[in-house]
Amino acid sequence: MADEKLSVIGRSLVKVDAAAKVAGQTIFADDLVLPRMACAKILRSPHPHARIRAIDVSRAAAHPGVLATLVGTELPIPFGILPVSQDEHALCPDKVRFVGDGVAAVAAVDEETAEAACRRIDVDYEVLPPLMSVDEALARPDARIHEYGPHGNVHKEVSFDFGDVEEGFREADHVREDTFFFEGNTHLPMEQHAAVAACGPDGKLTLWSSTQTPHYVHRALAKVLEMSPAHIRVIACPNGGGFGGKSDPFGHEIVVCKLSMKTGRPVKITLTREEVFYCHRGRHPVKMWIKTGVKKDGTITAMHFRSALDGGGYGSYGVASLYYTGALQTVTYRIPRYKFEGVRVFTNKPPCGPKRGHGTPQPRYALECHIDKLCADLGLDPARWRRENTLPPNTITANQMRVRTIGLAACFDHVVSRSGWKEKRGKLGPGRGIGLAGSAYLTGAGLPIYWNAMPHSGVQIKVDRGGGVAIFCGSTDIGQGSDSLLAYVAAEELGIRPEDVRVVSADTDLTPVDLGSYSSRVTLMTGNAAIQAARKVRTQIFDAAARKLDVPASRLLAADRRIWDAADPSRSLSFAEAVVLAESEFGTLGAVGSYKPPKSVARWKGSGVGPSPTYSYSAAVVELSADRETGIVRVDKIWIAHDVGRALNPMLVLGQVEGSVYMGLGEALMEEQVFRKGLHKIPSMLEYKSPTTLDMPPVESILVETLDPEGPYGAKECGQGPLLPVIPAVANALYDALGIRIDEVPITPEKVLAALEGRYKSPQMPAFRWPETVVVPPLEPAVAVGEVRR
Amino acid sequence: MMRLPPFRYVAPKTAREAARVLADHGSEAMPVAGGTDLYPNMKRRQMEPKVVVGLRGVAEMTGIAANGGLRLGALATLTEVAEHRDVLARSPVVSRAAGLVSSPPLRNAGTIGGNLCVDTRCNYYNQSEFWRASIGYCMKKDGDVCLVAPGSHTCWALSSSDTAPVMIALDAEVTLVGPEGERRIPVRSLYGHDGIDYLAKKREEILTEIHVPDRSGWRATYRKLRRRGSIDFPILGVAAAVRMSGEVVEEARIVLGAVQVSPVEAADAAEFLRGKRLDGETIEMAAGIAYKPAKPLDNADLAYAWRKRMARIEVGRALRELAGLPTGDLPAVVV
Repeated sequence: MADEKLSVIGRSLVKVDAAAKVAGQTIFADDLVLPRMACAKILRSPHPHARIRAIDVSRAAAHPGVLATLVGTELPIPFGILPVSQDEHALCPDKVRFVGDGVAAVAAVDEETAEAACRRIDVDYEVLPPLMSVDEALARPDARIHEYGPHGNVHKEVSFDFGDVEEGFREADHVREDTFFFEGNTHLPMEQHAAVAACGPDGKLTLWSSTQTPHYVHRALAKVLEMSPAHIRVIACPNGGGFGGKSDPFGHEIVVCKLSMKTGRPVKITLTREEVFYCHRGRHPVKMWIKTGVKKDGTITAMHFRSALDGGGYGSYGVASLYYTGALQTVTYRIPRYKFEGVRVFTNKPPCGPKRGHGTPQPRYALECHIDKLCADLGLDPARWRRENTLPPNTITANQMRVRTIGLAACFDHVVSRSGWKEKRGKLGPGRGIGLAGSAYLTGAGLPIYWNAMPHSGVQIKVDRGGGVAIFCGSTDIGQGSDSLLAYVAAEELGIRPEDVRVVSADTDLTPVDLGSYSSRVTLMTGNAAIQAARKVRTQIFDAAARKLDVPASRLLAADRRIWDAADPSRSLSFAEAVVLAESEFGTLGAVGSYKPPKSVARWKGSGVGPSPTYSYSAAVVELSADRETGIVRVDKIWIAHDVGRALNPMLVLGQVEGSVYMGLGEALMEEQVFRKGLHKIPSMLEYKSPTTLDMPPVESILVETLDPEGPYGAKECGQGPLLPVIPAVANALYDALGIRIDEVPITPEKVLAALEGRYKSPQMPAFRWPETVVVPPLEPAVAVGEVRR
Repeated sequence: MMRLPPFRYVAPKTAREAARVLADHGSEAMPVAGGTDLYPNMKRRQMEPKVVVGLRGVAEMTGIAANGGLRLGALATLTEVAEHRDVLARSPVVSRAAGLVSSPPLRNAGTIGGNLCVDTRCNYYNQSEFWRASIGYCMKKDGDVCLVAPGSHTCWALSSSDTAPVMIALDAEVTLVGPEGERRIPVRSLYGHDGIDYLAKKREEILTEIHVPDRSGWRATYRKLRRRGSIDFPILGVAAAVRMSGEVVEEARIVLGAVQVSPVEAADAAEFLRGKRLDGETIEMAAGIAYKPAKPLDNADLAYAWRKRMARIEVGRALRELAGLPTGDLPAVVV
């Protein structure tokens, strides 16, 4: 909302990098060309599962133009984004786990030569049984993909009980169980991953990469290359889209570093689109079972949720993904007793990881469809049920997540009234329907990836005598606008314009650490750190200006590139004059700010995943038409409301909301992450179907502002949350249109016809013996479940 | 990135000269017009010609002219065909089909001749060299089995041209120029019965012109089934044309695309329609006959059994469109 006291925040200003983007002058990693630069290619496994008996690179090394070769045994130290899953190697030393797993690499004078040389590398494989699904992997505990994990191909299994759910089911008037399958999908960023490494004559290493997490890449490089982090510099180039697909440290980043060290030349690699499909780290395929007890009026007495995740070949963020499939069910509606059981299984497919919504779109899809089914059982209007069962603000949930502001009820009210829900539901006529869903998402993970007590985001600010300001932060702009955010905050706090601010970001040598662009954490954490830094330096400027103007500093305000006496506007100084005074008085001007999330109230082991400073909320209504003869579904319009706390730049927020809708529609109706004979069936942008602009329906977006006390100026996240309600709202609208339930996504035309003809079979959970449950003791009465804290 | 293999580019000025270069180099040479099909295929090493014969400089292959019917130079881009005044006036169905190919940028480069000659497609074949090596090469390139129909002795890659079914339905012809002379054949004779040798012309012959006869008195349509509103190749194309005498069909053509290695003429269904009123019941029966020769396999987008069913539905809808009956397509909704 526009606030008269704010001149930058809350306004739809242009992004600081917009001119370069539209002029085609943004320098992405693949645009970098350095003197004497070599090119690298990686030889990848043609087998989904095999042991490497031997690798012979001699023919490749002898190929004209080849500068160096590299095999996995030269980089024997494993890495992985999570400390508990250090299961990857830069190149596989002894075993490959999916088609596309890196086996060897070549640096050569150009890319064609490197590729030709890769074909001259001889690898002797012992082929192992490919395990291409959770069911297959569980059925072959003898054929272990990894040598760690509790047993067989289980990567991680969990079971937590928050309150006696069996008692809750006994108290219920009605109990319902459903099973769902979310097929999983990939990020499809426009920019393919690229990296350039340069090891200088001083032995120091610089890596430019399209990464969302330069700090974690920095750590992985130091570990695998056995170098001091002080001698490694990681620069995240502007990302041409990330969506979570550039959040892991990747083998190719380490490979170019090592090849640069071996050759003494800068080395570049740019992945092909097919290789990006193999890097993956996309949405996990998840089978889910959900059981809920309700009273006649719809009040939930207990919920039991199970999820089985198909993890692919490596750990990646998978342990966190697993917890996320059970964490946020509780932060939208009143659920007094809750039980979650989950398992992540290794399979011989590209590794899954975090994609926009990380681990929460799958259970949200299941939950919101399940709620509609419960409402149908009880004869309740699903809109009214949601409105009546929405959590109040300042709630502690059954699984001990602390909810601050919650604009979900307002979101429902907006989309229900704008869409004409009451007039339309069940009344649109044959083949047309309307559906609703709500959702929640984190505004930043409460804990870092590795245990430490340091800030999650640091900002440094430097003020120039000429009135310019430079702001330094490790946060990484992946198109979402984090560089712009830094400029907006500095400009707002110092009373200057964003164009007066020079932003330096995502460079481990120059900028304080920010953990990275994941978990929707940057606006809140970097924003708060930036406010702190800017206010510190503003205090010095005000002190000096106050003396010059002979007014108390508390009366000063900064605006229009001047420092003003709020009581007497005739008394003012230019910002640059005030800076000169402050520097004369205090010496070189600069300040730092940092941010660390508040401590979670939860103390149970595993409670590190789910807590967040605050949650964003969304609601969507989908109206669609369905063709009974063909099964083709066409979405006609979407209304979406998002509780963003405060829209720091409404135009950018709307861009994130609409982008989320687009991505959600692709996941609901099109994207098929399917495999054939051990291979990704369609690793290309032509055959992997994602909507074009012509497939995008009109979207009406509504921003709800709750001014959250944890957020900078009250802001929450907007980059991931709005995706979540879209997928179940499509499924719920299809039910309204045709009276059918397809309990899996994507919803394809053949599945619609199968359901219309009674041939559709609901998904089945894999046979699995769940581990013994951990009964989590309730919090002390002072923070009891559901209590409203003021 | 994926890079082109090395090749020599030859730019002849006449079709005859182009044909001679092709004849001289045999299977090592291939012609290229817009390059929207060949170059991506070369990047994936589906094709590795040592000599590429660029046709862009062949003036005799350009231009669009009305001459009773239409004469389309094979180098006319799909955008030109889709937007040309004479094509829109005389054969709007040709414009429609050309305008449904791929996306605007590719239609600006891709040509009508290239679309008629577009390589057959299969999702075991339209893959990178790495992918094809991993799964095992197929007979269309480097291997000896058909991966989608392992018992088959022939290749089952799909005819994927949007314009071919329409040209066949209109009884169009093409001029083929060889090193020694030229000949003119019906478009329906241009296609073979194997996904590898999918063109019945000699490999050195250059398709220079398309001749669309005057079809006044006919009604024609083309329907394209694909997942998205742009970019995608057809997973089913239906061209239908009828000549009516009052309310009775005098003559009909129904041609299916993307259901076999070549466009398939549903001649039985067309014959069935002759002399009948084009009412709902007749259309249903004709569609029931027409879809039978569709033999989709699991080598394109969406389930093949569904694609086969859709052939019946889409033929019915095409005929209903020609009869002026409601097609059954989802009505436009403005919310």
